[in-house]
Amino acid sequence: MTLETIVNELGLKCKCCWEKLGNEVDGGYAGDLLSDVMGNSKKGNVWVTRQVHLNIVAVASLKEHAGIIIVQGASPDKDTLEKAQKEGIPIIVSDLPEFELVGKIYHLMHFSR
Amino acid sequence: MPSEEYLEGIYQIQGRDFVDAGIVSSEMKKKLKEKGIPESVIRRVAIVTFEAEVNIISYAEHGTIRYYIAPDAVTIEANDVGAGIEDIELALQEGYSTADDSIREMGFGAGMGLANIKNHSDEFEITSVPDEGTNLRSTIYLNGK
Repeated sequence: MTLETIVNELGLKCKCCWEKLGNEVDGGYAGDLLSDVMGNSKKGNVWVTRQVHLNIVAVASLKEHAGIIIVQGASPDKDTLEKAQKEGIPIIVSDLPEFELVGKIYHLMHFSR
Repeated sequence: MPSEEYLEGIYQIQGRDFVDAGIVSSEMKKKLKEKGIPESVIRRVAIVTFEAEVNIISYAEHGTIRYYIAPDAVTIEANDVGAGIEDIELALQEGYSTADDSIREMGFGAGMGLANIKNHSDEFEITSVPDEGTNLRSTIYLNGK
């Protein structure tokens, strides 16, 4: 499934790197502790988090995530978006709490065929 | 195929420079890709380097990360001048951390960094002198142990 499908189906907002919304998502990881995400997430994952500062881009780039979704209506910092643009990591935002958004993405990926 | 030559280098890291966290790991990753190192090894080196970088930024005044890429292994050495570690055994326990709130707010300082480094290394050594600094070395073999 592409990131674009997730964005469209769940009515999310893309803040950066629209051109990368075609990225294939082959699973996801949810977490706010960067070492946890660094150690346990996988390449091609969509990462769902409440963190907004620019180090999330470094983690997503190193792990080759499909993109980052920031939850709970939080806004990414300006330098987060600048760095994301440079690294080509899509940043998407959602008003939903982390639990609800992850549930919806999981359902979309596994039960909506 | 990995080439037979030996490659080494060094990066300088400034304490508290969270803006640049991840730059060294990203450079390392690029270098290893260019050399045709297997992806599973690159993944582990990236984790080790990132955590080592973040530790220097979080707890040290300044430090260096050296890398040695040999035909059979990648070694990462992180040396810093800074707070050091009082009790290494405790620091290696997942969840133990001395991070202050400013570090934790960013999602660092969860007490998982050193454990991450150890778990993704084939060989791991750490020594530290409180109020002087910390030295760690991680080796990852290209074809397993």
